[in-house]
Amino acid sequence: MTVLSTDVANQCRGPWATAFRRLMRDRAALAALAAFLLIVLMCLLAPVYAHWAGVEPFKSTLNATIIIDGQERPVMELPTEGLALGYTPIGPTWSLGNYFLGADNQGRDVMARLLYGGLNSFLIAGAATIFTLTFATLFGVTAGFFGGVIDMVLSRILDVLWAFPVYLLAISLSVVMITQSITIGPIVIESGSLWLPIFIIGLIYIPYVARPIRGQVMALRNSDFVMAAIGLGAPSSRIMRKDILPNITTTLIVFVPIMMALNMLTESALSFLSIGVQPPDASWGTIIQDGQGLLYTRPVVALAPGLMIVASVLSLNVFGDGLRDALDPKSKIKLGRSG
Amino acid sequence: MILQVRDLKVSFRTEQGLVQAIDGVTFDVREGEVLGIAGESGSGKTVTLLAVMGLITDPNAIITGSIQYRGRELVGMPAREMRDLRGREIAMIFQDPMTALTPVYTIGWQIVEQIRAHQTISRRAAWDKAVALLAEVNIPKPEEAAHRYPHQLSGGMRQRAVIAMALSCNPALLVADEPTTALDVTVQAQILDLLRKLQKTHGSAIVFITHDLGVMAELADRIMVMYAGRIVERSTRAAILAGPRHPYTRALLDSIPPLDGPRPHRLRTISGAPPSLLHLPAGCSFGPRCPQRVEACGAKPALTGTDHATACFLAATP
Amino acid sequence: MIYAVLQRLGQMVFVMVGISLLVFLIFFGTPGVDPAARIAGRNASPEVLEAVRISFGFDQPFYIQYLTMMKKIFITGDLTSFVNRGWEVVPAVLDTIPVTLSLVLGAAVLWIIFSLIIGVLAAAYRDTWIDKILMILGLIGISMPVYWLGEVMNLVTQSRYHDTWLFSWVPPLGYKPLSEDPKGWFLTLVIPWFTLSILYIGLYGRVLRASITEALQEDYIRTARAKGLSETRILLRHALRTSLISFVTLFGLDFGALVGGSALLTEVVFGLQGVGKLTFDALQNLDLPIIMTTVLYASFFVVVANAIVDVVYILLDPRVRTA
Repeated sequence: MTVLSTDVANQCRGPWATAFRRLMRDRAALAALAAFLLIVLMCLLAPVYAHWAGVEPFKSTLNATIIIDGQERPVMELPTEGLALGYTPIGPTWSLGNYFLGADNQGRDVMARLLYGGLNSFLIAGAATIFTLTFATLFGVTAGFFGGVIDMVLSRILDVLWAFPVYLLAISLSVVMITQSITIGPIVIESGSLWLPIFIIGLIYIPYVARPIRGQVMALRNSDFVMAAIGLGAPSSRIMRKDILPNITTTLIVFVPIMMALNMLTESALSFLSIGVQPPDASWGTIIQDGQGLLYTRPVVALAPGLMIVASVLSLNVFGDGLRDALDPKSKIKLGRSG
Repeated sequence: MILQVRDLKVSFRTEQGLVQAIDGVTFDVREGEVLGIAGESGSGKTVTLLAVMGLITDPNAIITGSIQYRGRELVGMPAREMRDLRGREIAMIFQDPMTALTPVYTIGWQIVEQIRAHQTISRRAAWDKAVALLAEVNIPKPEEAAHRYPHQLSGGMRQRAVIAMALSCNPALLVADEPTTALDVTVQAQILDLLRKLQKTHGSAIVFITHDLGVMAELADRIMVMYAGRIVERSTRAAILAGPRHPYTRALLDSIPPLDGPRPHRLRTISGAPPSLLHLPAGCSFGPRCPQRVEACGAKPALTGTDHATACFLAATP
Repeated sequence: MIYAVLQRLGQMVFVMVGISLLVFLIFFGTPGVDPAARIAGRNASPEVLEAVRISFGFDQPFYIQYLTMMKKIFITGDLTSFVNRGWEVVPAVLDTIPVTLSLVLGAAVLWIIFSLIIGVLAAAYRDTWIDKILMILGLIGISMPVYWLGEVMNLVTQSRYHDTWLFSWVPPLGYKPLSEDPKGWFLTLVIPWFTLSILYIGLYGRVLRASITEALQEDYIRTARAKGLSETRILLRHALRTSLISFVTLFGLDFGALVGGSALLTEVVFGLQGVGKLTFDALQNLDLPIIMTTVLYASFFVVVANAIVDVVYILLDPRVRTA
């Protein structure tokens, strides 16, 4: 009974306003959102940073030098002890604009690449999220709304995609796409273009989102109010627009941070496997891969982008949790049936 | 007296503020007596029962007042002691038998679990006892039924199983939350017969809730009517059914078809809806819906009278 | 019920055919490049290209090409690599399976034990600081890229702290077969097991907590309380038991996916020559026959695993069993 009365009170204020109010009270979620936006902002400043520091983050700069404590030193140093085989990039100087995190094995400023790499990671994850949600909605709504043969065919296609191990599907797709440019009608996708990882990541997660949406649309389709609308002769397009889409919007919104987080992890993994972002372009995954060879000598090259991924994905997940709690009324305290 | 409830108050802290679910409830239950509690949804019936069972687990609940079971205070009783009492001396039957049993265990397993929680008895003996209990509640082929999962039984059979489980430790007090509401009408009558029979053979006192005054007339020795968390009228069954004094009780009785005599053209309904417990009206809670409202109703009426108690200013001069 | 099982099997076969078609289309049907050149790898000589063309029937219609490929992979098993001339692909893939299974099984044991502990503890102490800390730890576990965690583990156990008493037992990277060197097998796998399981411990701990908490809202929990059972018993025998149904389902799917290639990143970082590592190495050389075979075998394994999960689900939940 208490639940009932609060429900009524909430409905008076409108579901969106209530959700927003709940979200505003969730300090952890707000802090996470702030942290995420801060990281994005930092990465957006990548060109500014590179310009200010005067470094070329996408060119080999093995002969560059920096000035530390008034002394000029090469970016690639010969080891002073041991067998002195090859050069070792300089370690972190911890002074901003001056090889803050040191150099990688091509003498490039790791900090500048870190920021640029973040930019790519966010770009790919964001675009792939839009791709996934768009097509998942299209598939899920069509299958759920029309049912019958259409649902059968679409569901089986989703089954096939779903059963495919994510990384193996990505490898299969990229192995034929990454190496050469692809021409689909008027669209030409250059090899090494960011569109490839976007397309691959966006595609492999479609079933992940489409299946719950299909279920939800199916439930809505059989609900009394949609039945009534059909009974009154409303055209399907109108029912879809007026009754179905508004109802699945909540689900889609809840999916946004979750998919962002998942896509960032996938992008970094694919780039780590060298089938995501192609050199000399950077993403956090490629920088970790660059750092693998330097792991025991200059661990910061691999550690820094990893920490950035953890921070971004963690803040997305915390925010996503809060967003879900705010939008999903089931998370409310249940008092049980009392009368 | 098996149960003495004195000035019991239960409130819940919610997002919107404090909700007073029950507000000063006082009543007694004698040994072997059947007390029926009537009222609309939101009147505080279930919360009262849950408070007696010590089953209000919500951390936002505030419980004050006194509930004494055979002289032992239940409010604030240590969880361990309360647990020992629950199921053994005070047992409960729930409203919806569809969801009241754990879906992944057989009926027999669940009855054995309760018996063994309170008695040192072998698994075998407990199982035999469970089968005997199932037979006692008229479940056909009790040996087989004991091996069945809840979803394999019909609603009526499930409610019988729940009753069998409640009776398994021979409780002195049985608490029932609308035990027939979720069932088909024909099954309702069977369950009521069963409860009456069991009450005679086991001699347990029963406190039950219903919003169905027909059920009330069948089963209750005494009746208590609740409205918005308070008792508005309390007396013997005969007194209430024959001469209701509170306008709310009268309205409730008017809203059910008479058991005999000519049917009225239209049943009367109570205008308006029960008040939100967040925004109770000042004075008598029933005031805004009361057809006989007078000026005095701006104040809260106290429950007065001993054998036939009423919380209404008009009751003194009916 | 038999009808349901048959339907499930039919669906499984359909998905398998779908996957094989999809793989075929990805490798041979994508526009732009001669498939023979893809199969033959980089800088193949004209003779090799011609051999590939004949062996795979590229001069014949599509459906013959499809059947030829299926025959080579599943029936005759005589597919050979052209990058490493004459290397039989199917035996090479089969050789890697014990490595992957060792890795995934060990990690699965760890993640079941720890996620059960975490999920039950968090649910028992829900909304206290214990719950909050456990859930944040779980979330961190979910947010870490597994290959990066592996590198950090290597950095700590192989380099920085290898000479301390804590990690001096950690052997160099690589795999030792269980039959030859049980102790070495165990020691080399301990760190990979933990690395791989962290994500799943976090995930399953959180899922379990949520589903136990949800189960605790059910009416039958109130019945259990009314019976006078202890909170521990209610939590373990009633709430946890009903939550295990979804837990086991999830486990089957993830276990299948991991054996079917998702353990790839862990294998690569720790130099374990499993199915994933084999695929990864083939990817570096663009050795398509290998990739094709692992992809098909792995996804078939996943499909079969999913079907098994459904059957286990039927056994676990009496409501489905008789429906």
